[in-house]
Amino acid sequence: MYEKQILICAGTGCISSGSMHVQESLSEELKKHGLQDKVRIILSGCHGFCEKGPIFIVYPEDIFYCEVKVEDVPELVEEHLVKGNVVERLLYKDPVSEKRVFSHKDIPFYSKQKRQILRNCGVIDPENIDEYIIRGGYSGMKKALYMDPLEIINTVKSSGLRGRGGAGFPTGMKWEFGYRSPGDKKYVVCNADEGDPGAFMDRSVLEGDPHAVLEGLIIAGRAIGSDEAYIYVRAEYPLAIRRLRKAIAQAEEYGFLGNNILDSGTNFKINIKEGAGAFVCGEETALLASIEGERGIPRPRPPFPAVKGLWGKPTCINNVETLANVPLILRNGAEWYSAVGTEGSKGTKIFAVTGKVNNTGLCEVPMGISLREIVFDIGGGIRGGKKYKAVQIGGPSGGCIPEELLDLPVDFDSLTAKGAMMGSGGMVVMDEDTCMVDLARYFLSFTQSESCGKCTPCREGTKRMLEILERITQGKGEPDDIERLEKLALSVKDSALCGLGQTAPNPVLTTLRYFRDEYEAHIFDRRCPAGVCKDLLSYYIDPELCIGCRACTKACPAEAISGEKKEPHVIDETKCIRCGACFERCKKGAVKTR
Amino acid sequence: MVSLTINGQKVEVEPEATILQAAEKLGVFIPTFCYSPQLTLVGACRMCVVEVEGMRALVASCCTPVRDGMVVHTDTERVHTARKINLNLLLANHPLDCLTCEKNGNCRLQDYCYLYGVSESDFKGDRKDYALEDTNPFFIRDMNKCILCGLCVRTCHEINGAGAIEIMNRGFDSKVSAAFYDPLENSPCVFCGMCVDACPVGALTPKQSIGKGRSYELETVKTVCPYCGTGCGLELYVKNNEVVRVKGDPSNPVSRGQVCVKGHFGTDFLKSPERLTTPLIRKNGELVESSWDEALDLVAEKLKGVKGTELAGFSSARATNEENYLFQKLLRSLGTNNIDHCARL
Amino acid sequence: MTNSIGEIEDAGALLVIGSNTTETHPVIGYRMKMAKRKGAALIVVDPRRVDLAEHADLFLQLRPGTNEALLNGLIHVIIEEGLADEEFVRERTEGFAEMAAAVKKYTPGYVEEITGVAADDIRRAARLYAKAESAAIFYTMGITQHSSGTNNVLAVANLAMVSGNVGKRSAGVNPLRGQNNVQGACDMGALPNVVTGYQRVDHRDTQSKFKKDWGVKLPVAPGLTATEIIDGILDGGIKVLYVMGENPALSDANLNHVLEALAKVEFLVVQDIFLTETAAQADVVLPAAAFAEKHGTFTNTERRVQLVRQAVNPPGEARADWVILQELASRLGLGWSYGGPEEVFQEIARLTPSYAGISYKRLEEEGGLQWPCPDAEHPGTPYLHANQFAGGKGHFTPVEYQPPAEEPDAEYPLLLTTGRNLFHYHTGTMTRRSSAIGPFKPEEMAQISKEDAEKLGIEEGDLVKISSRRGEVKVKVQVTEIVPPGVVFMTFHFHEAAVNLLTNSKVDPVAKIPEYKVCAVKLEKAVP
Repeated sequence: MYEKQILICAGTGCISSGSMHVQESLSEELKKHGLQDKVRIILSGCHGFCEKGPIFIVYPEDIFYCEVKVEDVPELVEEHLVKGNVVERLLYKDPVSEKRVFSHKDIPFYSKQKRQILRNCGVIDPENIDEYIIRGGYSGMKKALYMDPLEIINTVKSSGLRGRGGAGFPTGMKWEFGYRSPGDKKYVVCNADEGDPGAFMDRSVLEGDPHAVLEGLIIAGRAIGSDEAYIYVRAEYPLAIRRLRKAIAQAEEYGFLGNNILDSGTNFKINIKEGAGAFVCGEETALLASIEGERGIPRPRPPFPAVKGLWGKPTCINNVETLANVPLILRNGAEWYSAVGTEGSKGTKIFAVTGKVNNTGLCEVPMGISLREIVFDIGGGIRGGKKYKAVQIGGPSGGCIPEELLDLPVDFDSLTAKGAMMGSGGMVVMDEDTCMVDLARYFLSFTQSESCGKCTPCREGTKRMLEILERITQGKGEPDDIERLEKLALSVKDSALCGLGQTAPNPVLTTLRYFRDEYEAHIFDRRCPAGVCKDLLSYYIDPELCIGCRACTKACPAEAISGEKKEPHVIDETKCIRCGACFERCKKGAVKTR
Repeated sequence: MVSLTINGQKVEVEPEATILQAAEKLGVFIPTFCYSPQLTLVGACRMCVVEVEGMRALVASCCTPVRDGMVVHTDTERVHTARKINLNLLLANHPLDCLTCEKNGNCRLQDYCYLYGVSESDFKGDRKDYALEDTNPFFIRDMNKCILCGLCVRTCHEINGAGAIEIMNRGFDSKVSAAFYDPLENSPCVFCGMCVDACPVGALTPKQSIGKGRSYELETVKTVCPYCGTGCGLELYVKNNEVVRVKGDPSNPVSRGQVCVKGHFGTDFLKSPERLTTPLIRKNGELVESSWDEALDLVAEKLKGVKGTELAGFSSARATNEENYLFQKLLRSLGTNNIDHCARL
Repeated sequence: MTNSIGEIEDAGALLVIGSNTTETHPVIGYRMKMAKRKGAALIVVDPRRVDLAEHADLFLQLRPGTNEALLNGLIHVIIEEGLADEEFVRERTEGFAEMAAAVKKYTPGYVEEITGVAADDIRRAARLYAKAESAAIFYTMGITQHSSGTNNVLAVANLAMVSGNVGKRSAGVNPLRGQNNVQGACDMGALPNVVTGYQRVDHRDTQSKFKKDWGVKLPVAPGLTATEIIDGILDGGIKVLYVMGENPALSDANLNHVLEALAKVEFLVVQDIFLTETAAQADVVLPAAAFAEKHGTFTNTERRVQLVRQAVNPPGEARADWVILQELASRLGLGWSYGGPEEVFQEIARLTPSYAGISYKRLEEEGGLQWPCPDAEHPGTPYLHANQFAGGKGHFTPVEYQPPAEEPDAEYPLLLTTGRNLFHYHTGTMTRRSSAIGPFKPEEMAQISKEDAEKLGIEEGDLVKISSRRGEVKVKVQVTEIVPPGVVFMTFHFHEAAVNLLTNSKVDPVAKIPEYKVCAVKLEKAVP
């Protein structure tokens, strides 16, 4: 019998910060101390707090160590496991109170969360089906196997579950369309083509709790009358793919997949299709084309996939997070599920919080929580005491939400009303040093390069929007560029073929809506208020601060800086290429911008 | 039947009809680039967008099925704006050399720009800069003029089945090309030229027609191809007693506008300088020019000069029914059944 | 064709035998590929790996000249495996038992020995064809230009009838005619034994009907076929030959024999649009109008009569063939006075039951009509034999495999087969004078296999001499996987490499078609 269990995070984030080396070192140290039979190491899925990884939790006392390095392991074993002393320096330090925190439950990052979908992530060994089953796994499936398809659909409908992939279409309704579409063959597809830069909730679920997704797929298959599923997952997620394959093999072994599942007469097979990582393949019709072996290019809807999908057969496509909700709904009932959330948005939503906040990572919150709570409580506020400026929600196709809307409840409809969207749940927090025009330019450069080129508005329109934004950030904006940009953005949104094109203008439209003055400053005053757009900056040296150390002169690639040794230096603006090298190099803060 | 309203007018159509088809039934004009009733609907050009009450965004009428009670507007400010910006975007990336373009007068981009009053683009920036592809003798490809409607690609895949061309690359760099950017001669292209007939703009130009006449100067004559026995309909475009261009005849029930390299590009033998233009009679072992009277008198005399059974004739599988009929009537009237033709070739 | 081109894309199975469809009938080829994309099974039977084979579910590469064995093998499997349409056979046909007895010995194993096609593939092809809801057979000269050509066609008919694939949509027996109006020329009685609409010249009713209408008595005895006419000239029986728009000096088998005849005939009239190889031998050459220079009608391979319209004037003094013929008729005292092609057509309709309901007005309005169209109300006939065969019941004819007249031997070890390519047409009279096609495909390239090329030390582009018992040509070679070892392929488009100097004029005993598709040749490297 083990006395202690140690959870080492084996999510992609912690693995890249070295958790597997920590695990190796821990095994060795345990052997050295003869503890290998007393302490069990469990490789868990993602805890969400990736910024503080590798994460290392000791049970039963629930001590949360973070940023554990290989060299810390002997001390942890010696002090904690042998002597029973907590190693305080490796505990989480609250950025506000600067106090050390023992249990993860007391960390604000976790305390405001409601971890339903992520319930198993970081808790169980994702490569062990038994651990999933012990925590109630596959009981939703077992229920569903003996339910009438319409009963399943009605349960999901009344739970209020909406698609987590972006558009928020009611899942039960989608299933009903699939159920009612006549066809001898139907497919269920799991969209695991997580493409928003910075979003990784689907990856975390796949890596940390793959069986939840399989269970969701089996239930969906039973509901619409499909016996075959595809999981379309990007090849950049090798760990997720490996764990999925393992999970499928285990589920097959347990008779949860295959023919006549648990004697119910239901057959179900799950295939994995690796995608090459094009953003547009997250769009469902492009995704289907890609599974079929065609180029990943969207097709017009209707016909919707529920009527004519994969290889022309009725197909239901659900996102990873959506599917991970399904077993819970079946197990606990629609009422239980819909108790959390707002009128139009039920349950919880996972967000990937990044940008200028203290705590970046993955958090799961109840629908309807305010942005302020996410940014300031879970996120721990703005880094370096700077001022909040905006948060970009929904990835490159989303929009930004300014300070005055911080108390906006986060749900599908409120976000859409303000020009943003839930998207897959990416959340980039920006402080006062962010130029909103440059931000729009950045996101447009992403969508423009991901445009498949099929429809004119997206192919040509994103290009021209990007060119206008580039012009403005380079100080070459023309007086009517704002109007031109806005008109074009609205038209692309209104007339593009697929979701990518229709949402690509969102960053432009929301920044124009909430930060128009920044555009005007760039165009009319030739000024970047945030001091980001380098073509609009001029560098100068404050003679009061300059000590004439020549560091800037050496750094300047354009030989634009002159001055005698130990005398204040001067920048020749006509030669300056605004690369910022001098600014970075000066230790005295003498190089300034205006 | 399904009933819907377009611009305030009620129309009834089959349930599987599209908005575009319903509009056509009413005589309501909707511009299109990428639409062809013979090809897969792709909804790519977005020129045909219309407003449907209750729908968030504009929809492509070419590929949106009708619904009972649907209320459609095709001529609103919003629709016009979308179409104008669409044209504006295309023009930003299209050479404005209509003065010398073969397509002038028969170009849908030109027609729609005229219709919507778009004379030049508001958008400056990168433009395509591709070399002219003119290495085959049949047609020139100028991909700078291509608007990426994809009609050529779908025609090649769905009508011909050769599948020689594809849209390569993505986004702004999309380009219609054979694999590996090879010239068409090195691809599965069979030079049927149906892509040329399908192109709504001046990206594909048949070489034989260059400089031979503006579209509006040409008279169209529908006839049947002189080559194999399929009997494809051809449209001959004529100016000054010269056939300057050939296209497949879309109204022909056999070929529905389809055609092959011979019918499309192989009929200019009509103007070959080697054509026979005068009767010839062999004199002293040489064929020399003669008058019709002399030649016909001589033939008539020789035909009369033998017994029927000493006479034989090869009729022609290339000539018309009427001519074959008269040929056999003539020989049979002269007392012989020695009539055959190359049916066995 | 028993059926229509428009029906192809809806067929359940297509059996294409001896037809390089995508090159010789490209638009029909498109439809076959469309049918394939829509789910039809496509079976291609050809000695060469023709383009369509690349699209096929099953490609049976048989030895040239073994078609009837293969067809019998397919019928054998269909009967053996109970795939025959018994009701159709019972109700609509006669002679089944005799035919079934004849195919008894054509087991897949036996047929494999003859054709070189794997027995399993024969079985699979038979099943694909017979199990389809509607299955259509297409063939061209690949099965007819044999000394056994008639038998091949009969075997095709046996196959279609045994599986009940006659008299319904998207099925049938469909010869693809090679020339724009070869169907029409046959329909119009440009044949030695029939007048229009296949009315026999020696039939009493025909005699009296035409005599009454023409005011001339029809000769009763059937005349000579093309090959017999050539022989007739050499025998001295034929003294005057009138050639309208044909080029036998390049197109006919065993050319040296033909050229000898053309040199010998006492008077040769050639009416054409170019000074063809044949016209160059003529005593009088009459310049004719081309297709775009006159009005009239063509009848296509699906029996559809369509209007041909004049777009431009003939060059110089050239005249439409019908004008020339009328001029001659008046010099011969026949007193014709047709005001134009439409009046001629009215006479055709009057005398031809299958054309009786067709008029220029209807063609103009309805875009072509498929015969039989017996009266002005009749909509035309998209497919034949819908309820019964023309002669009542469909007759099965037992067919036996018969080897080609000339097969490779020690002296002439290779087998030559001939055909066309995509870009050229027939003797190249028109296509080689097209400004685009002419230079694009300027010369003949004889196809030989890699194996033969290696054996003979020949490389792509080399000039070789190909000779048969009848003649020799010099030609460049293309080394390709399209032809199997032992087979050489050439087209007859190029007078510089006139393949018919080599071909055998041995004809099929019934249809009198020469065996263009098989003769024995040898090949050696040539000095330019």
